[in-house]
Amino acid sequence: MNRFVAWFHRWGSPKHFYDMSGRWAPWMAALFFLTFIPGLYYSLIGSPPDYQQGESARIMYIHVPAAWMSMFIYGVMALAGAITLIWKMKMADIVAQVSAPIGASFTFLALVTGSLWGKPMWGAYWVWDARLTSELILLFLFLGYIALTTSIDDKRTAARAGAVLALVGVVNLPIIHYSVEWWSTLHQPSTVKVMGKSAIHLSMLIPLLLMSFAFKFYYAWVVLSSARAEVLDRDKNAKWAADVAQAQAGEMPS
Amino acid sequence: MNVTPNEPELGRAFLTLLRRDLLLAFRRPAEIANPLLFFIIVVTLFPLGIGPEPNTLQTIAPGVIWVAALLASMLSLDGMFRTDFDDGALEQILLSPHPLSVLVLAKVIAHWMVSGLPLILLSPLLGMFMNLTSQSIVALVLTLLLGTPVLSLIGSIGTALTVGLRKGGVLLSLLVLPLYIPVLIFAASAVEVAGVGFPIAAQLSFLGALLALALTLAPLATAASLRISVS
Repeated sequence: MNRFVAWFHRWGSPKHFYDMSGRWAPWMAALFFLTFIPGLYYSLIGSPPDYQQGESARIMYIHVPAAWMSMFIYGVMALAGAITLIWKMKMADIVAQVSAPIGASFTFLALVTGSLWGKPMWGAYWVWDARLTSELILLFLFLGYIALTTSIDDKRTAARAGAVLALVGVVNLPIIHYSVEWWSTLHQPSTVKVMGKSAIHLSMLIPLLLMSFAFKFYYAWVVLSSARAEVLDRDKNAKWAADVAQAQAGEMPS
Repeated sequence: MNVTPNEPELGRAFLTLLRRDLLLAFRRPAEIANPLLFFIIVVTLFPLGIGPEPNTLQTIAPGVIWVAALLASMLSLDGMFRTDFDDGALEQILLSPHPLSVLVLAKVIAHWMVSGLPLILLSPLLGMFMNLTSQSIVALVLTLLLGTPVLSLIGSIGTALTVGLRKGGVLLSLLVLPLYIPVLIFAASAVEVAGVGFPIAAQLSFLGALLALALTLAPLATAASLRISVS
């Protein structure tokens, strides 16, 4: 337990974070490519088309992992927000702030792929289906978080305000989700049956899992890299940052 | 300050703050009246835009009246902490030895009494404008009674987060409106269902649950946000 606490605390140090993220980011990138390329192959070529939906079903291999990521990233932001508020850990708020635009992009991606899939399947780009609607609201929550944190000038205040907002959002998300579900069953009973996940065949499950792992690694890679840049920017007056700058200048041929 | 804070002290602080906020609000009646006027005008615009057909109006009325109520309550939110922040009273409240969340609750209740309560009193009139049946109007009043406190409570979090910003108004709506969605869904559906003659106990229970949840959690989040905004 003590070793874990010590390990956890070390992540609070900007220099340690900078070093570790520099070491981990390339591995995440490598894992991303290792899963993404076969994932792309299996989802576009190596898997059979759906017997009912035909080739359009392939959009699922992007859509479903993106939708999972959108929720996962909001969860990460809330968790980082809790860490920010409880332990005042600087790195946690950097991770939360850097995650927000990525999460918003995944949410947007899920919405766009969903509506592209909806056109041939449901005959309309947009249907007020419960999942689509709550995904749209999730996008609003992400954008609200970004709007709040960017409009507060002081970075630490912005981080703490964002942390409260993310926690409030995470308490509200299930409520919003279930109320929207309730609302859509009330207004338009059984328009759509999204295919059951347990019924998915192995040949489709493999690319789906590969892609969802690829997205996770991509997120880890991007979040580490941009958090690294953000750490350096915030600590630019610290000695360790000057050392880093000097070391890099030494590497470059002058 | 030299005596340790105890129960009656807290109660007195709560009531003092409540009375003070109400007094301040009634000294500036225009600020109470403007959101109400906005509420009425927005609802009036819909028949003008859509046409005066009674059936159409009856169909859209629950949603329209509730959306207008959301917007009206949001308009009044900004004033909840703004003046206190500007003149420094908020800092004094933060410095008090009493739990901030309880004092915040007093301010939220005062806000609801001057913004939510008049809205509820006006709503039957708007219901008649929109051709609602009498059962629907009863449901409308009941849902507003349960729903508007939730709006004030959730709104107080957003207001506390944006009080330090100069242009908090639009930002506030971005933060708060998505969180209002569950209230809107259950309330509008209750009014709609009541018009057809079905029981609305389920919707009212949900609204009650939302109110209980907001009442217990929102003051804590608002207090934390205020400390962040003022620091």
